Amino acid sequence: MSESNSVGIVKAQVAHFTQPLTLKSGAVLPQYHLTYETYGELNAAKTNAVLICHALSGNHHVAGRYAADDKYPGWWDNLIGPGKPLDTNKFFVIGLNNLGGCHGSSGPSSVDPLTDKPYSATFPVVTVEDWVESQARLLDYLGIEQLAAVIGGSLGGMQALQWNIAYPERVRHAFVIASAPNLTAQNMAFNEVARQAIITDPEFFNGDYYNHGTVPRRGLRIARMLGHITYLSDDVMGEKFGRKLRHGDVKYSFDVEFEMESYLRYQGDKFAGEFDANTYLRMTRALDYFDPALDYEGDLSKALSRAKAKFVVISFTTDWRFSPARSREIVKALLDNALPVKYAEVTSDHGHDAFLMPDPYYHDIMRAYLEQVKV
Amino acid sequence: MTNAKITNIRPDFALITNWVPARAKVLDLGCGDGTLLTHLHETLATTGYGIEKDDSNWLAALKNGVDVIQMNLEEGLSGFEDQSFDTVILSQTLQAMHNTESIVQEMLRVGREVIVTFPNFGYWRNRMQITFGTMPVSKSLPYQWYDTPNVHLCTINDFDDFCVQHQIQVMERKVITGGKDVHLLPNLMGNLAMYRLRKHSA
Repeated sequence: MSESNSVGIVKAQVAHFTQPLTLKSGAVLPQYHLTYETYGELNAAKTNAVLICHALSGNHHVAGRYAADDKYPGWWDNLIGPGKPLDTNKFFVIGLNNLGGCHGSSGPSSVDPLTDKPYSATFPVVTVEDWVESQARLLDYLGIEQLAAVIGGSLGGMQALQWNIAYPERVRHAFVIASAPNLTAQNMAFNEVARQAIITDPEFFNGDYYNHGTVPRRGLRIARMLGHITYLSDDVMGEKFGRKLRHGDVKYSFDVEFEMESYLRYQGDKFAGEFDANTYLRMTRALDYFDPALDYEGDLSKALSRAKAKFVVISFTTDWRFSPARSREIVKALLDNALPVKYAEVTSDHGHDAFLMPDPYYHDIMRAYLEQVKV
Repeated sequence: MTNAKITNIRPDFALITNWVPARAKVLDLGCGDGTLLTHLHETLATTGYGIEKDDSNWLAALKNGVDVIQMNLEEGLSGFEDQSFDTVILSQTLQAMHNTESIVQEMLRVGREVIVTFPNFGYWRNRMQITFGTMPVSKSLPYQWYDTPNVHLCTINDFDDFCVQHQIQVMERKVITGGKDVHLLPNLMGNLAMYRLRKHSA
């Protein structure tokens, strides 16, 4: 693949905040830091900033590579770069690791400056609202008053939505992709099984495994395997693996027999080696708790009544974890408020994962819209 | 005859413009590339949305700056509140709808006024082709019988009856052929039928 339209070699930066942050739970973070990356140049008027909000397992490394021989670029590299749909020749793109994360921002695995030990289980439960608050402070820190756009998929889409509830005057365009106005019971149930896998792992030690020299790898692995099943569609799993056997014929054992098992185990192992279990618990809880309509008698339209942005809402036909019907609920709330909205239902086989794939129609939408955004 | 402000636009679009109040909130069902909505916005400062199912049309509408919602009209307008639009438009799509009755009812639910246009199957040229033993193929009905999306073609008389049966008030009806008004024997001489409708007040 040509690298000519890559943002190239990038470097993460850290912003420290000493103004205490009161979280939705009531807990207070006396100080914290956020790790972030930027691509492109902030223009003189500071009107071309785009914030990327990450999903469950994402982070601030959205595009480019840290070293030329990095195996993988940032997680949304196919969207972002010079000449790409989110064109860094035009926009100044910001990616950050959310609070509670495990990739450089304050979180359970980072060191609490008050104790010089990892926060561990004492790191508070954070919400989408808290993230948006901390993101707003990051913008203040960067001297950016208003975003040209906020873009997020899945849990990131919830943050994009929340921006328009908390700071409507600071967003001109909002992309809510493969997302939902809250999780369904079934969706939360998957999160609960994932958390139970982690919490019941004997190596978890109530979240204090850093001080026990252990990692609840088994739990995290199972949580990720479960997640992967729900991110793919039945069709794409069928296409990718079907009933293909790993070794040609069955061995009448419980080792890897089918290709699908090999894939899930690989994904689980990879994830368990690089992600923090306490972060996983918090990310899934943030998903569960997000329900902006709750404060407005369950009426999402009322929750969005202060929104001012122009919206792009995108869903994917085979996404059953964040189904098109859930995106249409968001669209309806925007229509009820007579807000400008474009809604696309992209035909894709890739289930929830589709929002990270370079589907031509999807990327044409992103490109065409972003070309029209004035900076 | 036409009092449309712009002439280089589809004649039925120009006529629709005369039926839409200034600054109206408009919903265009099957908006295609958004030409009509853009025209209405430019001439009448209307606001509103288009609905379009097809990917390439949807993208073209986006490029034209239209707020376009990708959905299938056959599934109804459940995302739209009652009487939330001044005008709901269905231009030359009625004949391709499967759930014809329900979409007309849905339009009347969502819009205070409804504009429907369709090719008149009773037009004499269509009748001629049938008389000579073939299905009509023309500029307004450009498909062969085997590849047509048109499943519910009707005549002006049929649609008049439909409105009576469904308690729909016809506020205005216009019949045109080649961009010109037809007054004499409209069901025979008219190529395109245009209706401005609303619910009969109870």
